[in-house]
Amino acid sequence: MRVERSNKNQEDPYLPRMRESIEKVEATREERIDQEVEPLDPKTRDKVLNEFHPDYIESAFREVNVGPNAGEMMPKELVDLLEAYPKYDPSEVNLAKVEKEVDVLIIGGGGAGNIAAYWAVQEGLDPSDILIATKLRNGDSNSVMSQGGVQAADREEDSPVQHYLDIMGGGHYANKPDLVETLVRDAPKMIEWHEDLGVIYDKDGDGAMKELHGGGTSRKRLHSAKDYTGLEIVRVVRDEVRNMAIPVKEFAPAVELLTDADGTVTGALLFNMETDKYSVVKAKSVILATGGFGRLHIQDFPTTNHYGATADGLILGYRAGANMLDMDTVQYHPTGAAYPQQIMGLLVTEKVRSSGAYPVNSEGEFFTFNLEPRDVEASMLIRECRDVEHGGRDNGVETPGGITGVWLDTPMIDMKHGEGTFEKNLEYIYRLYTRFGIDPTEDPILVYPTLHYQNGGIEIDNDGHTAVEGLLAAGEVEGGVHGKNRLMGNSIMDYNVFGRRAGIAAARRAKGESEWGEVSLEHVERYVDKLRESDVDMQKRSPMLIPDYRGERTQGRTLDLLDPS
Amino acid sequence: MSPSNEDQETVRIHIMGKEYEVPKGLTMMDAIEHSGYRLIRGVGCRGGFCGACATLYRLEGDYKLYADLACQKTVEDGMYLMQLPFTPAGRKTYDIEEIGRDGNPLLENYPEVARCVSCNTCTKACPQDLEVMDFINEAIRGNIENVASMSFDCIQCGICAARCPAEIPHHHVAQMARRVYGKHNLPKSDHVAARVREIEGGEFDESLQEITSLSREVLEERYESREIE
Ligand SMILES: Cc1cc2nc3c(=O)[nH]c(=O)nc-3n(C[C@H](O)[C@H](O)[C@H](O)COP(=O)(O)OP(=O)(O)OC[C@H]3O[C@@H](n4cnc5c(N)ncnc54)[C@H](O)[C@@H]3O)c2cc1C
Ligand code: FES
Repeated sequence: MRVERSNKNQEDPYLPRMRESIEKVEATREERIDQEVEPLDPKTRDKVLNEFHPDYIESAFREVNVGPNAGEMMPKELVDLLEAYPKYDPSEVNLAKVEKEVDVLIIGGGGAGNIAAYWAVQEGLDPSDILIATKLRNGDSNSVMSQGGVQAADREEDSPVQHYLDIMGGGHYANKPDLVETLVRDAPKMIEWHEDLGVIYDKDGDGAMKELHGGGTSRKRLHSAKDYTGLEIVRVVRDEVRNMAIPVKEFAPAVELLTDADGTVTGALLFNMETDKYSVVKAKSVILATGGFGRLHIQDFPTTNHYGATADGLILGYRAGANMLDMDTVQYHPTGAAYPQQIMGLLVTEKVRSSGAYPVNSEGEFFTFNLEPRDVEASMLIRECRDVEHGGRDNGVETPGGITGVWLDTPMIDMKHGEGTFEKNLEYIYRLYTRFGIDPTEDPILVYPTLHYQNGGIEIDNDGHTAVEGLLAAGEVEGGVHGKNRLMGNSIMDYNVFGRRAGIAAARRAKGESEWGEVSLEHVERYVDKLRESDVDMQKRSPMLIPDYRGERTQGRTLDLLDPS
Repeated sequence: MSPSNEDQETVRIHIMGKEYEVPKGLTMMDAIEHSGYRLIRGVGCRGGFCGACATLYRLEGDYKLYADLACQKTVEDGMYLMQLPFTPAGRKTYDIEEIGRDGNPLLENYPEVARCVSCNTCTKACPQDLEVMDFINEAIRGNIENVASMSFDCIQCGICAARCPAEIPHHHVAQMARRVYGKHNLPKSDHVAARVREIEGGEFDESLQEITSLSREVLEERYESREIE
């Protein structure tokens, strides 16, 4: 390596008690290598899910009291934010002072937001009549993090019908059929568009896509760009958005939508997180593209998501009257990194298990088949780690970070398939761990389920319209496409298909409106009144914007690293 | 989740010149937060993908200036951190349809690449371990495909551009190269184009209409009995 990097931390990255457990794992490895573990029978499977899958823990859910989804159960952490005081400080907000009037305001600069902006221009808007307002920098999002790939049925052996079937079955038939049909119809066109923009997909010499299977696919239809699929797509689209000179306002999250007397969305209130100043943007259409909610750490899970995945769009949209779908399920990925602390919650791709590595407990024993469906595998890991008092088997390995994990016996891969296999096929994971002094071809790695994806979201129609006039939504913030369970590779396609459609529909709506509407926060006031009437115990303020990870939270300091004042 | 304090050794780090004691084994990012800062700048994905957390650092008693990603680098005793949340570097606007049809667009748009003094500072500073100086040399020669493949893992943190004595914006040069290559050199996929035309020509209208109108029971049956490739 030619890189100069200091490294004073050269001792064993595993603590002595972990090392003791690794010795047990090593002691049984030889005899385990040919051992087969049977998948669970359907009855046991249901039982394990019922007892251990986080979605089945009733006490982790709470009923929503007011608004369009009143009476439904959702994760407590989300309901706490839905039933919270607004974050903005009314004494600092002056709605009469309008900073900008635009045709289309896009809230969120991830994949969905940038794609919506691009297509709004294709629909005839002048770039200067669009604004992307985003919380961090443009592109700092879940979208740059996806590794695996994106689905589109474009091989001869495949068809949109087959893709439809996979999505519906994977989503337990709760999906909205018209949204799924739209997704499968548009998918090949979006891949063709990527090619036209210059996205470098993995291809054969003649240009044919190299396509792979993903969990739940009946045909190979996963397109990838090494293990940087999301990064490559976002880099390219954002580069074009820059060429088009579409204005972007960074570090300026929306803290509330603005509405007129009829409840039509007419703009948003942005908040400069560095100066604490608010600004009012009027718009003829507003697109929510704020992504998911991983950073709510539902049920205390670590997450694969970026820093800004805090459900803001759900909160804002809900206060304005938009209803949500399928918020009773959450996607947990069975193998997030549990150790070292530095990478806790980051994704360890399923490919590690499909290449032959098995989960192994602290005693060096197999306890599960390695390729159960995601929710079942996650439940088996949880059962193994949980203490006996709570119905578990207490066979996990505790980390200094406070969570308990099980081993993923990664050295099995090279033992089964020959030296060098791991490094060649699992480059990202290899790099991720060797950086912290752990060689996954020598030592097992510690894993535990991690919070990965928001299956549901705000209901939209085929063009991204929500139930609220003037408000559209695209990407992870919306729901209905994936039903109760999203398949790998369909969320990248989701933000492409519905980002494009929302951009076009928003532009069309804007062209039909001659004037900007009045802006008020009355819908928020009405919502708070209803909450008060319902006697909800409101503890928090929302949207959250960013999570609070300060070590000494009790001191309550808010000290921005680069405070401009 | 911050680690429990029992049996925790600590290290001293300096954030903007001020010393803090933090538990050993945290990333720079966690250490800054542990010290009481709520980050707005210098944080994005927290997983080594976005480059928002570019950080330069020195160690006590060592003249060298090192660079890494705050979300991926563990703190060491005596570190002085210098966050680089934004590196100004001129980016050229261009027309993707026209660029790269002839000549060397990289040299034309970024003539400063020719100022490379081969010091290799960019390569030594790259947190992704890319051969940055080598791809700049390929850019000078107009070898776009090599620039594209050698820079593919670039997360555009800008550390190279911040450190370069020749003031080259490596990450912008590389982005242009990848797009020109992807757009004009990489062969297009025939089967993707064919499928798009088929869909537009209505070839799947009937079968899609049929499947979307199935009852849940029939759909479920069809799903359970579908053939897996
Ligand atoms: C590690 C990882 C791996 C993945 N792998 C895959 C995969 O292989 N295939 C696949 O299909 N999917 C994958 N996914 C899922 C997929 O990447 C996401 O679902 C998708 O990128 C969401 O796109 P989005 O544009 O809706 O949201 P995001 O990309 O998250 O963008 C939302 C943006 O809005 C900003 N924002 C949030 N709140 C506000 C506010 N109040 N005001 C202004 N801006 C705000 C955010 O900061 C962010 O920039 C993966 C996800 C993760 C985290
Ligand atoms: S925060 Fe994205 S690379 Fe570190």
